[in-house]
Amino acid sequence: MSSKELILGRIRQALGSSTASPGVPRDYRRGAAPVDLDLLVERLADYKAVVHRVPDVPDTIRTIIGAGRLVVPPGLPADWLPPEVPVTRDDQLSAAEISAADGVVTAAAVAVVETGTIVLDASPDQGRRILSLLPDLHICVLRPEQVVASVPEAVARLTPGRPLTWISGPSATSDIELNRVEGVHGPRNLHIVLWESA
Amino acid sequence: MTFLGMPAHAPRGVGHLRGDESFPAAARTALANPQLRRNLQHATTTIRGKSGRVIAELPDWEELRSAGSALKAYTMANLPRLLEQLEEKVTAAGGVVHWAADANEANRIVTDLIKETGEQRVIKIKSMATQEIALNEALEAAGITPVETDLAELIVQLGHDKPSHILVPAIHRNRSEIREIFLREMPGVDPALTDDPPELAGAARRYLRETFLSTRVAVSGANFGIADTGTLAVVESEGNGRMCLTLPDTLITVMGIEKVVPSWQDLEVFLQLLPRASTGERMNPYTSMWTGVTPGDGPQNFHLVLLDNGRTAVLADEVGRQALHCIRCSACLNVCPVYERTGGHAYGSVYPGPIGAILSPQLTGIEDNASLPYASSLCGACFDACPVKIDIPSILVHLRNQAPHPRTEKAAMAAAAYTMDRPKLYERAQRAAKLSKLLGKRGRGLPPPLNGWAASRDLPAPPPESFRDWWRGR
Ligand code: SF4
Repeated sequence: MSSKELILGRIRQALGSSTASPGVPRDYRRGAAPVDLDLLVERLADYKAVVHRVPDVPDTIRTIIGAGRLVVPPGLPADWLPPEVPVTRDDQLSAAEISAADGVVTAAAVAVVETGTIVLDASPDQGRRILSLLPDLHICVLRPEQVVASVPEAVARLTPGRPLTWISGPSATSDIELNRVEGVHGPRNLHIVLWESA
Repeated sequence: MTFLGMPAHAPRGVGHLRGDESFPAAARTALANPQLRRNLQHATTTIRGKSGRVIAELPDWEELRSAGSALKAYTMANLPRLLEQLEEKVTAAGGVVHWAADANEANRIVTDLIKETGEQRVIKIKSMATQEIALNEALEAAGITPVETDLAELIVQLGHDKPSHILVPAIHRNRSEIREIFLREMPGVDPALTDDPPELAGAARRYLRETFLSTRVAVSGANFGIADTGTLAVVESEGNGRMCLTLPDTLITVMGIEKVVPSWQDLEVFLQLLPRASTGERMNPYTSMWTGVTPGDGPQNFHLVLLDNGRTAVLADEVGRQALHCIRCSACLNVCPVYERTGGHAYGSVYPGPIGAILSPQLTGIEDNASLPYASSLCGACFDACPVKIDIPSILVHLRNQAPHPRTEKAAMAAAAYTMDRPKLYERAQRAAKLSKLLGKRGRGLPPPLNGWAASRDLPAPPPESFRDWWRGR
């Protein structure tokens, strides 16, 4: 008997004849609710993300990165990038090459107002997961139409088969006396560029 | 029907589900350590406040709890089908699924998988399942070095210590103790390190960076395994999870069979319940989700090990099976007056606090953890705090009726726990004990209710500072 058969047999034995399958009440808040961008900004900032609400992306990125070097995913729109900033596009870059960059710019798939969360789904404008992980600065460009009010709406928008990274503020830990302390292994600086084009 | 198919307890001689001594004996050590109590009290007070605030922000918290509870009941009732669906989806997405009947089999599977890669070091994300089966010890015995990458696990590992909390295994350590451990044990640490928490976190970042970049195999647990998509999810804070789930070539995930979630949509419930109940955040910094293997992104070899190790025995008890609904948030620990005084080590198992008191005895069989169902005053705070509404007090009572204790001891232990929850009573009992100077080895001079407990166990030595003094100093 394989361990699979053994375990499944044990489970059936344990459940016995109790075949009743309880229903699941879903009377919590679901479905589309109005998006409050001010609240999103507040929630992002509350967990130490730096938020820029701007009509112009390249200018903002220039201000954030200063004299630093950027890596970007292959599908990031070229016109988001300030022309004078040195940029390496990811094409099977090594971990060392990605680590060496001062920052990474990505788009996002979805953002959640209520929790101050952005979600990356590894689309061409967001790139491989390693890209937004190793540099110490992550700049994420977000458009208002990507923002939803609640977690259920975000779950409904996302594609499950893709590698997903939900990000709520920079890397942090609660391991020292159960207080949130920013800055462990992930990027210690998270900037959200909320691009409200005129 | 064959006996082989009968639900089985977690085997003896492997894993961390059984303590060396009974709860009251182990609690005595903790009760005599004022620093430990202060650390615990500070941490649990902080987390209760944070959690309460973010829960109050949600108008539908109770509806979410009801949905979470019902989803778990549904999952248990449909477990065989859901596990087979999960296996099918993970396999279709390029992963390999293994089934482990107990800790020994799981340890063997993981060890063999690592040996096949030829690697001698693995990075690990904090995982209750791998602690439960003592995977690290099994790997070390096979010449493989497991590196814990979670800050609290690192503190525990460097401090040659044991975890004492589900979420924050080093909750019993304060910042200055953590600094001392780092200075003593962390190779290459800056001798000028202070006890400022961001500096301590920075030290861990520097220490582990090179290890993350150069280790080819990672071992993780999973918070959720979604049956209808084959997606695995890990909820974390520091980014060490992202490192382990992204950088290596091979990822091995060990997941208890009860962690399966029916459908993708159900995440909308658990992703709201878990962070708010657990770290008291609207959302934890990072949650990673992956489905099998993604070409060109992350580990190209993925193994999922589904673990029984006593879970089917828990499932066989119609009252007790609710313990399998646990999403390991640790809220019940943080509100428990007994946990706050004794800390996690007293419970003898990797699962401490109220959930440990109902889960460990059921996983091992009640005879191996007979005192745990008494490690509670039945005050009910855990039930109120639990995001999936596990009725812990009822299960405790149910298990007490099965525990092989003489009646008098049962009553005495229950009363002692009750007293621990009520400082006035405890103080009165304790002051009487001190005054009477009749503190013989068997403690017969103690006033009730401590005399009953002490008569059948050794007496818990009164802490140097009286309970009440300590209580006032909080
Ligand atoms: S029993 Fe409930 S409160 Fe305790 S850890 Fe599990 S889910 Fe959280």
